[in-house]
Amino acid sequence: MSSLERSDVARLAALARIDMTDADLDRLSGQLAVIVDAVAKVAEVAGEDVPATSHPIPMANIHREDVVRPSLAQDDALAAAPEAEDGRFRVPQILGEEA
Amino acid sequence: MTTMTYEQAMEEFDPVFGIEVHVELNTKTKMFCGCANEFGAEPNTQVCPVCLGLPGAMPVTNEKAVESAIRLGLALGCSIRESSRFARKNYFYPDLAKDYQISQYDEPTCYEGSLDVVLDDGTVVEIGIERAHMEEDAGKNTHVGGSGGIQGADYSLVDYNRGGVPLVEIVTKPITGMGDRTAEVARAYVATIRDIVRALGISDGRMEQGSVRADVNLSLRPKAVAGESQDDVPFGKRSETKNVNSLRAIERAVHFEAARQATLLLGGQPVVQETRHWHEDTSSTTPGRSKEEAEDYRYFPEPDLLPVQPSREWVEELRSTIPEHPAKMRARLREEWGFSDLEMRDVVAADALVLIAATVQTGTSAQAARKWWMGELSRVANDREVALTSLPVTPDQIAELQGLIDEGKINDKLARQALEGVLAGEGSPTEVVASRGLEVVSDDSALEKAVDEALAAQPDVLAKIQDGKVQAAGAIVGAVMKATRGQADAGRVREIILQRAGVEG
Repeated sequence: MSSLERSDVARLAALARIDMTDADLDRLSGQLAVIVDAVAKVAEVAGEDVPATSHPIPMANIHREDVVRPSLAQDDALAAAPEAEDGRFRVPQILGEEA
Repeated sequence: MTTMTYEQAMEEFDPVFGIEVHVELNTKTKMFCGCANEFGAEPNTQVCPVCLGLPGAMPVTNEKAVESAIRLGLALGCSIRESSRFARKNYFYPDLAKDYQISQYDEPTCYEGSLDVVLDDGTVVEIGIERAHMEEDAGKNTHVGGSGGIQGADYSLVDYNRGGVPLVEIVTKPITGMGDRTAEVARAYVATIRDIVRALGISDGRMEQGSVRADVNLSLRPKAVAGESQDDVPFGKRSETKNVNSLRAIERAVHFEAARQATLLLGGQPVVQETRHWHEDTSSTTPGRSKEEAEDYRYFPEPDLLPVQPSREWVEELRSTIPEHPAKMRARLREEWGFSDLEMRDVVAADALVLIAATVQTGTSAQAARKWWMGELSRVANDREVALTSLPVTPDQIAELQGLIDEGKINDKLARQALEGVLAGEGSPTEVVASRGLEVVSDDSALEKAVDEALAAQPDVLAKIQDGKVQAAGAIVGAVMKATRGQADAGRVREIILQRAGVEG
């Protein structure tokens, strides 16, 4: 049974700010459900002795010293921006609320 | 609908509140990259592929930031998790280029603490700390067009210099039972956090620059009826007021929200669970996005970063660096120094406590140390528009200066001139006194000569003094001080004048 409902996909699309038609939702909820179910099989394989992990290699405490390194020049930082103004990235009107 | 006041709201309802404080750490670099963490640079000059979220860039944790976070956690009585990790908090807003903020979610580094907060009348309130976790700050948006606010703006400009600056977010447990002292406790809690981060030296704690920022959650619930425990009454719906950035505003935000919610509830209307924006100019809040809808951040473990697993030895080493609780230290020092409550409050407000303590440590009297730091030096700092702590003078130098006065080598006026030299980088007080020739003229024959010259220039003065108008001597004292460029001992000069007039001093 699929753990992913059509309404879940619609909600994710809204959160991700992706416009989807009804046809998109029908098609993609089916496809995404297949992927989710495939991934869920991992849970069946992993026994109690396998701890949940967020990283494949058991490492920790990889830190950096608090030493300043050169930053990009302003022109370089803005080089790939679709639009810039006054040394800043220019972005379209923000319709949502303040995060 | 009748509009309630804060006091009425507190009579009718039982308030529950919680506070989230964001502390900007004063590390040299950002949380996950080597860009400088410095306020005020040209826009987008402290950015790199990591903090701009360019493809393929990999974050690496700043060890100093981890250390600061752990020390703050320890100062808040928190346990330090043996293994904690970072998480991605996903949201779409251009203040972060990555479309997610690196934060901590299910495994914060510091958890379960408690902090004593001392109110003005000495009452101690224990505040439960839920967690203190590390995260990165966002960039700065400037809205262009329309009214300049976010609503109706034509477009926005983004500066990512602040994006990625290390933050520690401290979250309290729900605080109950404070009644009409809720606003006072909220304020005192944030003030205590500010004092602690300063004492730890991990942040400048300047609320006006946003180094310490608070969000205030508040809800009201009915008062328990007879035979019922207040603890059994469920919490009401809460509002979260964002970015309340001064101590006074904390108090006012609590006042406004309590009154607003009480007015709704008594009018039979529900309180909506939502984020609200604080408006400093009107001391009021307005609704932001509704919480239920917006708060789906789809947290998941940050795959680009490794767990933080501080050794127990390191944690204990850091524990030994935690300073005394600021309020307790203030009470102890006030007692030792014999300052009044008002004097002590002024000292704290002027940020002079540590400076005075260091000056006193060298053997200077507390009153003399206070006089320098709260008087002349505060005035200079004010003129130069810098913090007292940024003046180019050390507590040791102030102690040395006071020592010169105590030995009678210089008087107060010369001491001020010597201080001017010290502030101008001319060396230590002793060096400035020598190089500027500031020593008091204590040689009587030189003073007598100066007095006689002044009397000769103003021949009527002696007669006036002999007539009983002793205050006329002032003109001669002034002339002698001028002739000696302020280096005469004014008291001694006066004595000599009175001798000349044949009058007892």
